[in-house]
Amino acid sequence: MSSQDIPEENLPSEQDAAGHTLQKTADTDPFADPGLPPHEHRVQDIDERAAKSSERTVALLFTISMLATIGFIASYVTFPVEKIVYIWPLGHISALNFALGITLGIALFCIGAGAVHWARTLMSDVEIADDRHAIEAEPEVKAKVMADFAAGAEESGFGRRKLIRNTMFGAMALVPLSGVVLLRDLGPLPEDKLRHTRWAKGKMLVNMNTHEPLRPSDVAVGSLTFAMPEGMSEHDHDFQKEIAKAALMIVRIQPDDIKDKRELEWSHEGIVAYSKICTHVGCPISLYEQQTHHALCPCHQSTFDLSDGARVIFGPAGHALPQLRIGVNEEGYLEALGDFEEPVGPAFWERG
Amino acid sequence: MSTNTENKRKAPAGERVADWADGRLGIYSLAKANMRKIFPDHWSFMLGEICLYSFIIIILTGVYLTLFFHPSMNEVEYAGSYVPLQGQLMSEAFNSTMHISFEVRGGLLIRQIHHWAALIFVAAMLVHMMRVFFTGAFRKPREVNWLFGFLLLVLGMFTGFTGYSLPDDLLSGTGVRFMQGAVLSVPVVGTYLSMFLFGGEFPGGDFVARFYSVHILLLPGIMMGLLVAHLILVFYHKHTQFAGPGRTNKNVVGMPLLPVYMAKAGGFFFLVFGVIAVVSAIATINPIWAIGPYRPDQVSTGAQPDWYMGFSEGLIRVMPGWEINLWGHTLVLGVFVPLMIFPLVLAAIAVYPFIESWVTGDKREHHILDRPRNAPTRTAFGVAWLTWYFVLLVGGGNDLWATHFHLSINSITWFVRIAFFVAPVLAFVITKRICLGLQRRDKEKVLHGRESGIIKRLPHGEFIEVHEPLNQEQLHTLTAHEQYEPVELGPEVDENGVRRKLSRGEKLRAKLSKGYYGEDSQIPKATADEYKEITSGHGHH
Repeated sequence: MSSQDIPEENLPSEQDAAGHTLQKTADTDPFADPGLPPHEHRVQDIDERAAKSSERTVALLFTISMLATIGFIASYVTFPVEKIVYIWPLGHISALNFALGITLGIALFCIGAGAVHWARTLMSDVEIADDRHAIEAEPEVKAKVMADFAAGAEESGFGRRKLIRNTMFGAMALVPLSGVVLLRDLGPLPEDKLRHTRWAKGKMLVNMNTHEPLRPSDVAVGSLTFAMPEGMSEHDHDFQKEIAKAALMIVRIQPDDIKDKRELEWSHEGIVAYSKICTHVGCPISLYEQQTHHALCPCHQSTFDLSDGARVIFGPAGHALPQLRIGVNEEGYLEALGDFEEPVGPAFWERG
Repeated sequence: MSTNTENKRKAPAGERVADWADGRLGIYSLAKANMRKIFPDHWSFMLGEICLYSFIIIILTGVYLTLFFHPSMNEVEYAGSYVPLQGQLMSEAFNSTMHISFEVRGGLLIRQIHHWAALIFVAAMLVHMMRVFFTGAFRKPREVNWLFGFLLLVLGMFTGFTGYSLPDDLLSGTGVRFMQGAVLSVPVVGTYLSMFLFGGEFPGGDFVARFYSVHILLLPGIMMGLLVAHLILVFYHKHTQFAGPGRTNKNVVGMPLLPVYMAKAGGFFFLVFGVIAVVSAIATINPIWAIGPYRPDQVSTGAQPDWYMGFSEGLIRVMPGWEINLWGHTLVLGVFVPLMIFPLVLAAIAVYPFIESWVTGDKREHHILDRPRNAPTRTAFGVAWLTWYFVLLVGGGNDLWATHFHLSINSITWFVRIAFFVAPVLAFVITKRICLGLQRRDKEKVLHGRESGIIKRLPHGEFIEVHEPLNQEQLHTLTAHEQYEPVELGPEVDENGVRRKLSRGEKLRAKLSKGYYGEDSQIPKATADEYKEITSGHGHH
């Protein structure tokens, strides 16, 4: 084609209306950039009927969107909020949520589909090349800026008057301290708060579910019972904070199966009480395997052997669960013989 | 209007408004540069759009949710319409989330759109970042925008985490507890941080209100600023493009903002919103009514965070429980080490562009994207990082892997512990080999043409496959990429015979450069001479 006569330059595509591939300096450089390929017409560019059909498709999509919005409003008014319907394969779901979501989805999607279809079929798809310009400034511009800055700095006397400069730095460095100081009252100091729980000598072990004090006979071999100290109620304002430390799990193990000497001493007829709060990052341990006496934290799978001082046998926990020393009071109820001897829950710097 | 120029035509209303605005805001100059701005077309360029649109959707739905949500931890007794929880004690935060889900018409839909959009937002950011990474779009002049994008990803994760915790349900409360346990592990100041964060002992009565202001104001505010800056830079730098006929480092080829991208990108917002709305209509997310309100002494099995926190969950799950007790203090390495690796995993990918530019020493602007195969070391590093990330995701879901595939949780944990170190190395080596293989194939294609699949029998009985030569457009596209030479350290002795002192940095750089661009790390691309020799000399094979 004619383009073969004009080497070196990237030819604009319009000059090659016949749609042939531009052949350039293939002799000198077979890999040379042949320039933008010629525009290929879409059917809508040539055939007005196809263009009309695209127009109708776009208009249809926009119309569906309008109808869907009306459907959204109608659903909002019609469906009661508590109505549950069965829709295959979703199962029993809220009719209102389903209707609103589907109609809103259709209303939005059809606007998008219409706009994209419009752009793809009817708007010009001729590719245009725009020049880029270097982000970096020209040397003259840079020189001007440097000169301006030097002039400004000189006029301020910033470099010369060191006293001003140094005191200003001092003031600027100190002033944010006010903001830091204000953060002090975000919370109390830790002190020994993490070392104590609500357990104390003589506190009965209350079943978490029934809220009744536990007798040894209530704890069967192989069962896992959760308990809290007597005198706590879910209605207490600090219940969450206290139960986060005091939660207890109780199991009964045949005394012969208890391998740890201290564990046996601190137990009562094979009933042992351990903190329910995992020593890893504080999840409540809630899985117990009665055959092996292993307790598993469902969050990060730390596994503790409750027949061997609750030492860690697997997982990321760093130390054994604290044990609560228990006995039986005069009325025959299980009671604590003191608080935990070490802090419960996750380890921390001051734990020691 | 007509007072000073009576012979001036009466402009249409739109133009008069534009004139008014131009006189005050200078909009014509702005429009001159941007109204017909050219954007190149490629499917992967819309990934960033998904991020932008899901962010807008999150803000729209989030504002609606604030109208009904009570960020308070005061205990109330549930008296709403969901029967199984009636009479239960719960925080007002949980109670109001129940109210949004069961009594506010459309409330559940907006809540689900908000949560789904959040998951999609973070996922889209990660995928968008990977697109930018693997095509080398982070190179000069876009390094700053890479960092803006990276910060958006990190802030997006934390905005997600704080938002996820607001309903104060059993699952999210467990996540907050995990975070508190991790904070406690910080040496020296851990307990202080925890007390200050929660206004006392965990859980206290403050964290929902505090997370709320962080979630709806502080983090989204910063993100909004970064997002605007990110977009301004995209406009200012002009979009990158892939190599091709007519596409150079000095131009940008594509279609104009008005009308094509106005319609395509504008329309795409509605497509994304529409799809998320339908997903929220048919797929329940975070059914807090089934999970129940938070109690520090209760938990359900299979507890999982939202997916983007999964890799940190993996770190914490597979770390051995090391604890060092010395001089009355405890160093909780089992928790503190994962807490420190968490930002390192993210930082590893964030600093990569700066390492690469140091190794190449390339100070030029790059607007033509690399095909991943043509940057084998970079691609291999990216795949290694992704492998690392996904290994940790597997670790984060080790209980689900165990129950779904009937595997031992112990072996999965050990697998993750080993794979954490081994898998990225394997992925690196394998990816690099694949890239080199693809480079060889490209070279083969350029020199010998495309395999046509047609078998021809020659007169003397030999069978050959006919190779079709590529046209010039394809030849150009396949050979347009640049190949770096490894950095040479130069002679050890200078011209005066004095031993040159090489800094450790220089030596490391030369070593890395050899690893990047040495013989084993790239296939020299076909040269014009090679091509001419083959095509002219011996005829076609």
